[in-house]
Amino acid sequence: MMYLAAEHFVRSPQWLWYILFYFLFAGLAGGSYAIATLLRLSGDPRDEPAARIGFYVSLVTTVLCPILLTADLGVSWARFWHMLVDVTPGDTGLNFKYWSPMSIGAWALLVFGFFAFVSAAEAWLSDRRGSPLVPLLLNRMFNVIGAALAIFLASYTGVLLSVSNQPVWSDTWSLGGLFLASGLSGAAALIAFLMRYRPEAAFSLSRLHQAGGYFAALELALIIVFFVTVGAAGTLPRLLPWLALWALAVAGIAASLVMARGHMRMQASGGSAVLTRVRLDTLVVSLLVLLGVLALRAAVIFSAQ
Amino acid sequence: MATIKAGEEYGFFTDTSVCIGCKACEVACKEWNQLEGNNPTFLADSFDNTGSLDAQNWRHVKFIEQVPDKSATTGNGSAWLMMSDVCKHCKHASCMEVCPTGAIIRTEFNTVFIQQDVCNGCRNCIAACPYGVIGMNQQTGTAHKCTLCYDRLQGGLEPACAKACPTQSIQFGPLADLQQAADVRLATLHSQGMNQAQLYGRDDKVYGGLNAFFLLMDKPETYGLPNADNAKLPSRNDLGGYVGAAITAALAVVGGLVAFRRRVTG
Ligand code: SF4
Ligand code: SF4
Repeated sequence: MMYLAAEHFVRSPQWLWYILFYFLFAGLAGGSYAIATLLRLSGDPRDEPAARIGFYVSLVTTVLCPILLTADLGVSWARFWHMLVDVTPGDTGLNFKYWSPMSIGAWALLVFGFFAFVSAAEAWLSDRRGSPLVPLLLNRMFNVIGAALAIFLASYTGVLLSVSNQPVWSDTWSLGGLFLASGLSGAAALIAFLMRYRPEAAFSLSRLHQAGGYFAALELALIIVFFVTVGAAGTLPRLLPWLALWALAVAGIAASLVMARGHMRMQASGGSAVLTRVRLDTLVVSLLVLLGVLALRAAVIFSAQ
Repeated sequence: MATIKAGEEYGFFTDTSVCIGCKACEVACKEWNQLEGNNPTFLADSFDNTGSLDAQNWRHVKFIEQVPDKSATTGNGSAWLMMSDVCKHCKHASCMEVCPTGAIIRTEFNTVFIQQDVCNGCRNCIAACPYGVIGMNQQTGTAHKCTLCYDRLQGGLEPACAKACPTQSIQFGPLADLQQAADVRLATLHSQGMNQAQLYGRDDKVYGGLNAFFLLMDKPETYGLPNADNAKLPSRNDLGGYVGAAITAALAVVGGLVAFRRRVTG
């Protein structure tokens, strides 16, 4: 059979800066909630300070999401709630189209916002009391449900791009996974960065770097899948103007991998896996990773428009 | 034309073989729909200074230059393909599929219509429409495109473009009648040896059939239209996208659990 390249005759939706930063914060919000939950699941109470950083990050970044989405609507901003409620005269009701990621995403953001708020509030009250507020088991169950939503939030933005007829975006199935992996990797970097403001959280630092390395490896694998699938569709030339952004994304991944390797070696060689403070290398790597996470999304968004 | 009745399917049959590129359709559309038009620009693209369909241009006459190297024999010359492009009012409409607000509806005339009081300007429909039809009106903050003159149909009038077209390149009517007319026209052209003539969107191979379908004088791609192999709905990527994300999620959770597992530390 003759190979047929994908053809596109579409207009660009002009999803630019607001959407870029929405995608960034959705990835970080979902990623940090998922990481915080995984830290709690480790069962070691000494991971709790790091987990609580994760829940705080998750709430702050989640709050930014609807603000950016609403700002992106321009003069129609006051109609943001039309995402959830169909106001068609004579046919009003709730909007929920499971086949439209934007429709599910609006609900996911709302419901996840509740989980992010409750978890951050619980972390804050526990911090103030000095002891856990809610029995751990109950908390974990709540967190696991929240983490499922968090993972959805971090990944659906990629699926949303693919569920279109735009070049590049609709030529690959890898974007949901790619945004999730990079959101997790960015969240791990951000939590590590913030540990400098909460020294007792540094107990989890080494393992957080290790997890960050795994997430970065997944991200790298998915970048390869992305290039292969887009190449097969014949839309690879569209990626070329944005190679500098891809290079930034890969630099962030490389930094994360090098850091993880160092910490895994340290653990394997019997050295203490417990660091007592956040060193300069963590700060530099965290910034590189976060820059890479932003660059990756920018490269994907701009290559179609 | 017979009375226009709600509950019946209506559409356009645009026969590009008789289009003379006069742009009367563009003008009539702007006039009726009170579209200001974009600022005039010189595009140096054949006779086209409209550029593309967008929020201000709901009809766009495309000029596809095919000037032959050698001069043609009398009566057989063809230097341009001309086509008055428009929203296709797809039976399986990509725009409607993804619209999260329910703003895009099918009317009682089986046309695709964007309700201006419901749309919130998210632009998902623009990302989805495979024909580049929809544009954002910056003043209203909503998505705009051809309404197939919904207001005129409700008043029993045919759409302005079809009314203005001097060559009947744009024909309006009940879909079944238009399909029949198209079949007859295609047979005539084939009998005249114009075997390149083909119908686009007449059957269900492209988006389940188009209410605004075309007779083309070349391949669809030449006119900037996706062929049947490329005419796919956005939802084709739902499954792959979510499965890819789910596999990534499973691997990431395992990675996280391995990394965070409890360690015995001195
Ligand atoms: S041509 Fe585009 S705007 Fe018109 S109905 Fe089809 S998908 Fe929607
Ligand atoms: S811009 Fe309007 S019509 Fe288009 S998808 Fe969004 S809400 Fe629907």
